[in-house]
This record gives sequence, C-alpha cells and structure tokens, in this order.
Amino acid sequence: MKKSKEGLMTERKIKRRNFISFAFFGAYIASTYTGFRWLYKSPDETPDITAGAHKPLRRALNKTELFFRRLTFNENHLVKTYPRSMAVQQIRHNSDIGSAGELPPENWKLQVKRISGETLQITLNELMKLPKTEITYDFKCVEGWDQISHWEGVSFRDFMAHYSLEAESGMGYVGLETPDQQYYVGIDMPSAMHPQTLLAYQMNDELLNGKHGQPLRLIIPVKYGIKNLKRIGTITFSNSRPRDYWAERGYDYYSGL
Amino acid sequence: MKGIKEKHPLLMRWTHWVNFPILTIMIWSGMLIYWANDEYKITLLGHTYVHFFPDWFYNLLHVPGRLAEGMAFHFLFMWLFALNGFVYVLYTIISGQWRQLLPNRHSFKEAWLVVLHDLHIRKMAPPQDKYNAAQRIAYTAIIIMGLGSLVTGLAIYKPVQFNWLCWLCGGYHLARIWHFVLTIGYVFFFLIHVIQVILAGWNNFRSVVSGFEVVNVRPEPKIENNNGDEKV
Repeated sequence: MKKSKEGLMTERKIKRRNFISFAFFGAYIASTYTGFRWLYKSPDETPDITAGAHKPLRRALNKTELFFRRLTFNENHLVKTYPRSMAVQQIRHNSDIGSAGELPPENWKLQVKRISGETLQITLNELMKLPKTEITYDFKCVEGWDQISHWEGVSFRDFMAHYSLEAESGMGYVGLETPDQQYYVGIDMPSAMHPQTLLAYQMNDELLNGKHGQPLRLIIPVKYGIKNLKRIGTITFSNSRPRDYWAERGYDYYSGL
Repeated sequence: MKGIKEKHPLLMRWTHWVNFPILTIMIWSGMLIYWANDEYKITLLGHTYVHFFPDWFYNLLHVPGRLAEGMAFHFLFMWLFALNGFVYVLYTIISGQWRQLLPNRHSFKEAWLVVLHDLHIRKMAPPQDKYNAAQRIAYTAIIIMGLGSLVTGLAIYKPVQFNWLCWLCGGYHLARIWHFVLTIGYVFFFLIHVIQVILAGWNNFRSVVSGFEVVNVRPEPKIENNNGDEKV
C-alpha cells in the first residue's frame, strides 16, 4: 500500500506544480500582451520642441541619448577621415526642404544673432577669408546609407573665435535655420564646437550648388545627416533647445553618432 | 511509477520567456529601421534571388514609413534585451549550469549523429545529459549571436564615439550587415527551435514552463516484512 501512496503523492505534486507554473505563465503572457498594447497605443507627446513620438518612448529616447552622451561624448573623439581620393564625385541629394533652387552668394548674407540683440551680417567673401578647413569623411544618414564626401569651409570653432562670440559659445545650444525658415536644426554646443564641425561653402573644390545648400551649409560629422542643415540663413544661440525639424517628427533631438 | 525529474531552473525559464517578446519587438522595430535603406539582396551571377524584402512583405506587416517609430522602440528594448541576456549569462556561470550548456570536446562529432538521428537516417541517438550535442552547440551559439547583436548594434548606433567597436566589426558597412545577418539567424533559429519543440512533445515543453519532466521510475526494490529486515 505504501508504494501507491507515494505514487499518489507524486501525482499530486506534479499537478500542483503544473498548476502554479502555468498560472504564472498565463499571467505573464497576458501582462506582456497588455503591456505592449499599452505602449503601442500610448498617446503621442504634447507637441513642443520635440513631437510625433509616443510619450513613453520619447522619455526613453531622451534618457538613452543622455546616457550615451555622458558616457561617451568627448571632443577628442574624432570622426574617421579618408584620403581625398576616396570621396565620391556625385554626392547624393536626399532632400531640399528649405533649400530648393538656387541662391547666389551675392543675394545672401549670414545673419548671426548675438545674445546682446545685435545681428551680424556676414557675406560669403568675408567667410572665405577665414582659415579654410577641409574634411573627407563618411557622411551618415539616419536612413542607413552613408557616403564618403569631401567638404571645405570654416571650422565652427574658428568662426566663433573670429567674430568674438565667446559669450555665445558659453550657451547650451546653437540654432540654425534656412532663410525661408522651412528647415531648422538645434545643435548642442559641445557638438557644434567639435573640431570637425564646419560651415561649409565648397564640396570637391566647387562652391556649393543649389542641391547641396548653396551658398553655406552645416557639416557636422558627429551627427546624422538630418542635422547637417543646408543653406544657413540665421544662426542663434540659446540655453533652451532651439526648434528642430526632424525632432518635431518623431526623431531623436540629439541624433549624435 | 511516475517521478519528477528537475530540468530547467526557474531563472533560466524566466529569461527564456522574457527574451521571446523582447527579441520579437527588436526584430520588428529593426525591420522598420532597415526599410529606410533596404539595400541587402542575394545576387549570384547577375541574378537576384532574394531581395530583403519584397514590397508585399513590407505591406503585409505595415513596415513602410515608420523609421522614427522603429528607432524609438529599438532604443528602448535594446536595454531589456541586453539586461535579460546579462542576467541569463551571469546565472549560467554562477549556478554551474554552463557545464550542461557549453559544447565539450565530443559535442561537435556527436552533433552530426544527433542531426542524422533527427532526420531519421540513424536509429540511435548518442547518449545525452540535459542537452544533446546539437542543442549545446545551438544554445551556446545563440548566446554568442546575442552578444554579436549588441556589439554590432553599438557600432552602428555610435560609430564615432565607439569607433574602435566599429573598427572591430570591420567598419560601418560590415557592422550593419552583421547586425542584419544575425537577425536573419534568429528567425531561422526560431523556426527550427519551434519544430523541434513540437516534435519533442509535451513533457519537454512543460519542463520549460514548470521546470521538471515526468519520468517513469522503477520502484526501489524494497522488501517489506514485519521484522524490519531489509535486503543488504
């Protein structure tokens, strides 16, 4: 009789453990499904400097970027450069929001809004007299493509120093907008002051044409292409984040590489 | 008589099941990202055999035009994927379960015999412990693949700040290709895994939920008598 009692005990034990395990398993499946559904259906953030992302996902995006920025961003981390001969001749043209068509340099002046309220008006000729910086690097688009390209212009650092914008460089952000204000980006000051950031006016030894931001564009190798604004009209400085075209459309504000 | 044979510790069961939805979300959100530059295909002698992915496939899964959303999901769930994997590996090391898991010097030879047996070419399967040789190799490989996804992912995510990682992966292009190939690998792993689980049957499946298998135990040869004598 003892044996069958033991068998019965085991049988009961199996049943009990199965019941508990599968109850937890079922609860887990249900909560995972509910949790994901909640996130997937969660409302978009209130449109502000950033917009277009699910509210909880935007929070996560900001926190993640901050984590990586604090952990890894270092001005001495230079973007890999390539021999000039590796640069492509035909640079990919992806978008011309705010920079469609031609804008000859003689019809243009860069507007730099100082924090004192004064606005500097700078011509391309004046910029071209500053020390020239060249870079051949791998331009990376947020879409996933990249292209080795060659650019020439004034390093943003040199530009700030030349126009005595010391007070401005102490601010948190630089805002850049196209003359028609259709496209605009915000750049954190450390990335703007990175030694490889350029105000570019030439690619492959030729002045920029209408497709690539004539007459002056931003080349910022530590960021995705979406931050490399074509056709700079105005430059502003602020401690709060300036408006940013793609950050208003669900993309990360920082978009650093 | 039925008996209980402990098989999978609680933590290994949980990390296994937690990984499933996380990896699914990572693959899905990864596809939303990949769509924006879907350049990979298998081309041999000028003929394209597979294009990753055809339009009907994208449309079926509502992939097009969701790059930003994909990135937002991907960069949240990457934390959970890494954390869950870290817990699993740490537990495997500390608990000594790695002995059951890592391939040993016989595994690579035996794995062939397991495959032949599973394909009904060979009658006998080699004797096994918790996992057979093919399982040891597959379950170890999938962990290394997970690590590979993290490394290649970081290399694509921060190619400037982690330029040494990018270099280690063979550059930005190769890192992105590896990241993609590993994902395809997960899908194949999943398909074979599910088929094997179905073939292995309920007892095996249950053990990944409740931790034990039910086995037939031979009753211990005891002699019951009144004066308490037992066989020596």
